[in-house]
Amino acid sequence: MSDIHEQIRQEVASNDVVLFMKGTPNAPMCGFSGQVVQILDYLGVPYKGVNVLADDEIRQGIKDFSNWPTIPQLYVKGEFVGGCDIIREMFQAGELGSHFTENGIPVRQSA
Amino acid sequence: MAMQAEEIERLIKAALPDAQIEIRDLAGDGDHYSATVISAAFKGKTRVQQHQIVYAALKEQMGGVLHALALQTSAPA
Repeated sequence: MSDIHEQIRQEVASNDVVLFMKGTPNAPMCGFSGQVVQILDYLGVPYKGVNVLADDEIRQGIKDFSNWPTIPQLYVKGEFVGGCDIIREMFQAGELGSHFTENGIPVRQSA
Repeated sequence: MAMQAEEIERLIKAALPDAQIEIRDLAGDGDHYSATVISAAFKGKTRVQQHQIVYAALKEQMGGVLHALALQTSAPA
């Protein structure tokens, strides 16, 4: 496994919730990343934001790691959950909140 | 460099011959589309897997030439 993949694997293994995004949680630099930030903030889920714009190796490496061509990418307990569309769809269907609680991650709002 | 809706549809249809596809141009710039794809190939697959099937059909265009494709996938009811 390339060292960038190892670095990513470490990141998702050592943080319950990781959002690979463009920008930072306080300053998203892309509408899609911003939408997932809003959903996670609404649910009150603690997460680590990784700014792929700050590191081109991560920006490309994450796409190979998950076999997913776009950013943002949300990981829960090391598992790739989805990009913006899927996270929004799960949120609207009320599945995202239960996905977190099933993984032992506290959620503020029930959604 | 942008992508035409017909090109997206052709690539998806080539990979999923039974697919019912509806593509909407979100921004008129050939870069931001939404697509609804219904195919029996999605039956029993997670959303991530369904979208990965569509992305594979788009052969590397996704994320490069095609900046954003809002996907809505499902198996036939």
